[in-house]
Formats: sequence, structure tokens, C-alpha cells
Amino acid sequence: MADSGVTDGAEKKEDITRVKNEGKELSKEEKQRLRKEKKSQKKNKEKKDEQDALASEREKNCAPSTLSQPAAHKEPAASPPVQAAVSEPPAPAAGAPPADKPAKSKAELKAERRARQEAERASKPGKKGDPGPQSTAGKPKAPPSELQPVVKRLPEHVQVDNPEVLKKLAKKLERQQTPGRGAALKIPLRSDYGYKVSLFSHLHQYSRKAPLTQQLSIPSTVIHPVIVRLGLQYSQGIVAGSNARSVALLHAFKQVIRDYVTPPNEELSRDMVNKLKPYISFLNQCRPLSASMGNAIKYIKKEISNIPSQCKEEEAKTKLQDCIDRYIREKIVLAASAISKYAIEKISDGDVILVYGCSSLVNHILCEASEKHRKFRVIVVDSRPRLEGREALRRLVKHGISCTYVLISALSYVLPEVSKVFLGAHALLANGYVMSRVGTSQIALVAKAFNVPVLVCCETYKFCERVQTDSFVSNELDDPDDLMVTRKGKTQLEGWQQVSQLGLLNLVYDVTPPDFVDLVITDLGMIPCTSVPVVLRVKNVDQ
Amino acid sequence: MPGADKNTDLSERIEAFLADLKRGGTGAGPLRGSAETARETTALLRRITAQARWSSAGDLMEIIRKEGRRMTAAQPSETTVGNMVRRVLKIIREEYARSRGSSEETDQQESLHKLLTSGGLSEENFRQHFPTLKANVIEAINELLTELEGTTYNIAMQALEHIHSNEVIMTIGRSRTVEDFLKDAARKRKFHVIVAECAPFCQGHKMATSLSQAEIETTVIPDAAIFAVMSRVNKVIIGTQTVLANGGLRAVNGTHTLALAAKHHSTPLIVCAPMFKLSPQVPYFPFSPSHSYEQRSVTHSLWWVRREILSKVNVYCPVFDYVPPELITLFISNIGGNAPSYIYRLMSELYHPEDHEL
Repeated sequence: MADSGVTDGAEKKEDITRVKNEGKELSKEEKQRLRKEKKSQKKNKEKKDEQDALASEREKNCAPSTLSQPAAHKEPAASPPVQAAVSEPPAPAAGAPPADKPAKSKAELKAERRARQEAERASKPGKKGDPGPQSTAGKPKAPPSELQPVVKRLPEHVQVDNPEVLKKLAKKLERQQTPGRGAALKIPLRSDYGYKVSLFSHLHQYSRKAPLTQQLSIPSTVIHPVIVRLGLQYSQGIVAGSNARSVALLHAFKQVIRDYVTPPNEELSRDMVNKLKPYISFLNQCRPLSASMGNAIKYIKKEISNIPSQCKEEEAKTKLQDCIDRYIREKIVLAASAISKYAIEKISDGDVILVYGCSSLVNHILCEASEKHRKFRVIVVDSRPRLEGREALRRLVKHGISCTYVLISALSYVLPEVSKVFLGAHALLANGYVMSRVGTSQIALVAKAFNVPVLVCCETYKFCERVQTDSFVSNELDDPDDLMVTRKGKTQLEGWQQVSQLGLLNLVYDVTPPDFVDLVITDLGMIPCTSVPVVLRVKNVDQ
Repeated sequence: MPGADKNTDLSERIEAFLADLKRGGTGAGPLRGSAETARETTALLRRITAQARWSSAGDLMEIIRKEGRRMTAAQPSETTVGNMVRRVLKIIREEYARSRGSSEETDQQESLHKLLTSGGLSEENFRQHFPTLKANVIEAINELLTELEGTTYNIAMQALEHIHSNEVIMTIGRSRTVEDFLKDAARKRKFHVIVAECAPFCQGHKMATSLSQAEIETTVIPDAAIFAVMSRVNKVIIGTQTVLANGGLRAVNGTHTLALAAKHHSTPLIVCAPMFKLSPQVPYFPFSPSHSYEQRSVTHSLWWVRREILSKVNVYCPVFDYVPPELITLFISNIGGNAPSYIYRLMSELYHPEDHEL
């Protein structure tokens, strides 16, 4: 078919070039056909190269006299067996096919090849490829079954110790550059910093003093400046906290959509998604994406690909911006109000509430509760090296709430007088574990030992389908230099890099087992930790 | 008069020691370890025995009790001072009993049988004068001093029995006993140590640098990550400030969290504490801050706060934590390893029940 395709395609190409010159927009079928031709031509070119290589090999290996005749007019027919031979190791193939070939006919070989290609495609589940020359029009949709086998590809950021994965990432970043422009405009690969504790050698560890943006040339035509600024804000910790990061991301994407212009002969729904891919890789390099950001990106991509092709560009862009606004309003702002409403029912007068770090949602709840004239006081627990509790303290004191401030090591000292613990979450995993700032699990553990109820507040857009049982397999390592501290003019850990046996570990997240958590307050209501997969299923059915 | 000179010299030394104790508590003076304090207390008590005027054991005990009360009042959290005073009082009782010729065991232990049969007499007066008592007591105190000097070595000697290769050991803050323990084991075995830094003073940093210089692979973690990494830890080895009479600990803040995390993961918690840290105090509940906790200066944790916020906020910075005995697996002391349930017995061998209240 590939052979016939070469002759057919030539005619079709003439049609298409004519249409292009006339400047009309191609219809969808023509565009699809054009893409198919491009793909098949590429494949032919590759095949021809391999064929040449193998043919020269074969001629070297076998006796030239016996095979010269059959080899010469086997060239066109040899292309199918060569392709079949490519999938097997070339060495035995070089010997076997020349003997087999005279026996099989052309049609049988074609069928063989097709079968092999289907088998290969079926064995690569994670790859989403455009329909190749073999498939019929339209992708066959996988029937939605009750127990869909999920074969996920392991994310790159937890395979840092695998050099092949790193090479693949580097190649992917190269491919995402504007073609033919040169190395200065591609997305750089960020390098790790410092000695990594061996338990975490599979994770990245970056230094805050070397942000990714230093390696970019300005102006960068690959990455929109709004995204560059966002990446810098993420990596320096200026925008921190999962809600803040998601909202900033969505606003940045809105700006990107506003500035987007559909290139000729491209569909908005496909091209925009492709344009977003390098931005997402860049942001991932600046700081690994959070679960909430991942869900937001999935939503945007779905909305973009659902844009009907006859929609005009301006209309489509306005529609997308409205979608984003609605997402922010529904999933973040309104959810926060709903959660406050439920949570305020749980706060009674005379309560002593313990909070940890700075969770925007928990702060919102407490401020609303104090506006509704509940009488309570708050104990803010903070921990090094981030010391985010300072921000929470500032916000609460501004609202006139009486506060106490302690470090996390004083937890056993304050807990006897605490009546409730309110915690925020970064993500809720499908097995009921709560992923949150490091130290949360400790608070839940000690609260359980003192019989103090622990309530976790989390919006549903942070629920994710991952499962995790400990804080090692998937985490984020922050800059280890943050642990250094100067007391009485002396920095004890200065020069820790030179000491070969010394390592500093600055974890960002940890997972809390569900038996420490008494209640999860979400915008759908108050649920136990184990009901998270139910909520996920309901969400998937809705969408 | 020579006697008067000796007296003034003695009282000067006592005053100097008290001032030192007071200063050490506020953190202004040089920080001294408990071992040093114990040694200096014992040396001072020996001097008092040698130089003060006393005729009978009872007088001596009165003098020592008086000085002991002053010393413990100067720095209540430094319990080794009180412990040493009680040890010396016990020594005096023993020597007195030995000089009198009666055996020690029957005199000391109060049993129901004894209460019934003795019927209220035999109120020990300690008024008898024995010429050799002074020399005996001083010799016994010298033995005590030798014992004190060897405590760290004795504990470190047991290290290889408890640490195997490729272990991950967790510790918190800085304890000289644990440092020597680990360094001794590192001579023969290779293992990994995780040190929790123990904010806000971050003594853990000094511990980590010292261990890494002894070629032990060390990692420093912030206090918030204790539970997160506990699942990979094989043993938790900590030091303590005081061992209480019920087998519980008064240790540096954050230790209770560490103990709870270890219990949750069923990781053994080993406490390296020399015998002079054993105190007859008991924790009483509710454990109120005014009694046994101490607050250090909070400026370390608050330098960043603006004045208008600071005036509306309470800040606590406790120094010690109470760890109940159920969370502890083993005590390693200079006389060997013991379970927490055995501590009461060890205490009865070290101190006389009447000396529990000085």
C-alpha cells in the first residue's frame, strides 16, 4: 500500500497545492488526507533508508553473484519484508528473508506486514499517535468499561535516577523548539544541585539560585513571556500554595489564548494544544506541577479539543476564556464558600483551633467564622525552613483573631489544650491518603495520640487518581541550602557541600494515612477519607 | 584562723558554683553538659565534707542538704545537681551504717513486715561520732567521681551490641553521649544517621557536622519531616536531660513527637543515659508549664515579626518534652541495658527514700 500510496499521493498533492495557492481553507477531510500523506512519505523515506542500509549489509554478507539477480528486482518487493525484518533483529533477518522471499507472494507479505504493524501499535498503549496509513477514518473509541485497565506511563520527575528517561526528556525538550531555529531558543534542561540523599536519588533537586530563566535567551519565541514570568515566580517561591499556583496558571493561559493566532492550514483545537505543550514542560522544569495544576491543565486541554472546527477563531478564544473563568469561579472561589459554610458548623464558641502552615482555604474559613462572631482562638504551628505560618499569623491577626504561635517541636506542649485541628491539603489521593505540606502527618499523628479531632479541608478539584503509601516514591525536593541557619553569628552547616558524608534533606510534601484523619470537608459535603475514590468516579461520570 | 579561712574559701566556691549554675540556665554563659555539672557538684560536695565543720553524720547530712537545696533552687531544670546531692547523702548513710557494724540492706528497705514488727522505734539519729567516717566518706565520693568519669566510655562500649551494618539510625538534637556511642560503633560498622535539627536552636546541625567528620554518613532533616522519613528508620537512639522515676523522660522538645512516630512504625526507641541523670522526680498530671517546663528566650523564633503583630500574639518556646515510659524500648546506661519498667528498682539502689525530698 505504501508503494501505491507514493503514486496516488502525487496526484493528491497537486490538488492540495493548488488549493493552497488559491488561499482557501482546506476542508477537514483534505487536511486529514494531507497529514496522512506526510506521514506515509516520512515512513517511505525511513523505509528506503533502512532498506538501503540492510541491502548493503546483505550484499556484504551473502555471496554477491547468487543474489545480485534476485536482489535487483526484489528491491520494490523487498520493501515489505524489509519492514517486517526491521521489527526483528537485523542480523538473523539478513540471512532468513532472502531464502523465504521467493516462496511468499506480494499480497501475503502485505498482509503479514499489516498484522505486524497492528501488533506493534497495540503494544504501545501510552502513545497517542495520529492515525497512520493503516487505520480507517476516525479513532475507534475504547468502550467505557467498569474496570478499565489503566496502564499509565510513569512520570519523568520520579525517574531521575534512570539515565534513559533523562535522555528522552532532553530529546522531548529539543523537539519542542521552533524547527530550524537553533539551540538558543529551545527549552533548557535544568540540572540538579548538590548531593542528594540516596533514598531520594530518583527525584530532582534544584537550587533556587539558578532559576531556569537564566538559561533562556530573551526574547524567547518558543515560550510566551507571561509563562516565563510565571515559571520564575514558581521557582523562586513567589507564588506558592496549590490554589495560588493553579489560579496563576489559569490566568497565564488566558493571556496566552488572547494572544494566540491560528496559523494557516491548522485547526485551533489541535494547534493550541501543541502550543501549550512546551509551556507545560517549561513550567514543569521550573517547579514540578502540583496535582491541582495537573487537573486544571487536563480540563483546559479537553475544552480546547472540544472546540468545533467550524467555530471562528475569535469566538473560540472568547469561549475558552469564559471556560477558564468559570472553572476558577466554580472550583476554587465558590468551593471555598461552600467549604466554609460546612466548616463553620463545626466551630463552636470557646474552641481552641490548631492550624499548620499557611493554607489559603483554612485561613478563609477562620476569617469567615470570626466575621460570623464565633468566639475561638487559634494556635498557629510553624516549621523550618519555610516558616509559612508567619503569613497565616499575619492574616489572622489582621482579622482580630487571638493567636498563639509555636514551632512544630512544641506540639506536645500545646496539644492538651486544643479542641480541633484544621489542616489544608495539597491533594487527596485515591487510596484516601492526604498529600500536604511536610509536617502535616506529624501533626495528625500527635493529635490522634491526644484524641483531638483532625479535619482536612480540600476542594474537589484537588482530588487525583494517584495512589501512594509513603512520602518517598513521589515527592519534591527543595533547595537544601534553606536548612542552613546562622545562630550567634555562626553558620554551623556552612560548606556542607565539601563534607562528603553530610547531606541536607528539604522535603516539601508528605502523605498522611487516612486513619489519622477524622473528616474531610469538601464542596460536595463532609466525607470520610475513604470516600475519595467515590467522588472521583462521580466526577468522571459527570464529565 | 585557719578554720575561718577555710570556711570563707568554701563559701566562696559555693557561691561561684551557684552563680555559674544560674548563668548556664539563662543561656548567657558557656553551656556546660550534664556530665560536667555532675562532676563539679560532686567535687564541691567532697570539698564540703573535707572542709566544713561537722562532728556526726547527721550534721554533715544537714549541711549537705542545705547546700543542695540552694543549688537546686539556682537551676531547677539541671537535675544532676540534686541527683549528686542525693547520691552523696546515700553514701554517708551507708558509711555510717558500715561504721556502726549493722548491715545496710535491712536498715534501708521498708517492708510491711518491718513496719509491723519494729513498731515505730529505731529512729536513726546519725548522732554517733565515728572518727573514720570522714575518710570513708571522702573515699566513697572519690569512687563516685571515678564512676562519673567513666560513664561515657562505658556506654559507648556497648554500641556494637546494638548497631548492625547498613542500619538507618535517627536521632534528635545534640547529645554527647549519643555522639560518642555512634562514633564508637562507626569504627567497626557502616551505617547511616539521620539527625533532626531540633529548631529553634538547631543543635542538630552541630551533631551532624561532628558525626560527618567521623566518617559517618549523616543527613540533616527539619523537625517537620520526622514522621515522613520514619518509615525507613531502623532504630531511634536519643539522649535525654533527665530520666524520671517512672521510667519516663524529660528530653529536648520534639522528642515526644519522635517517640510517637517510632511507636507508630514499631521502631525501637533506645535512650542512652548515664546513671547520674536518674532523678527521683515523678511527672504529675496535668503537666503544667509553670512547674517542669522551661521557656527559653523566644527571640530566635520571632525576629521577623513586626511590632504590631507581636503585641497581639502569644509565643511559646518550651525547652523540654515529657516522654511516657510506654514509648521507650530500652535504656542504655553505664551499668548496662535496662527496660523502663526496671528504673524504679535502680533508683532504690541509688537513693534513699527519705532523700527524695531534699
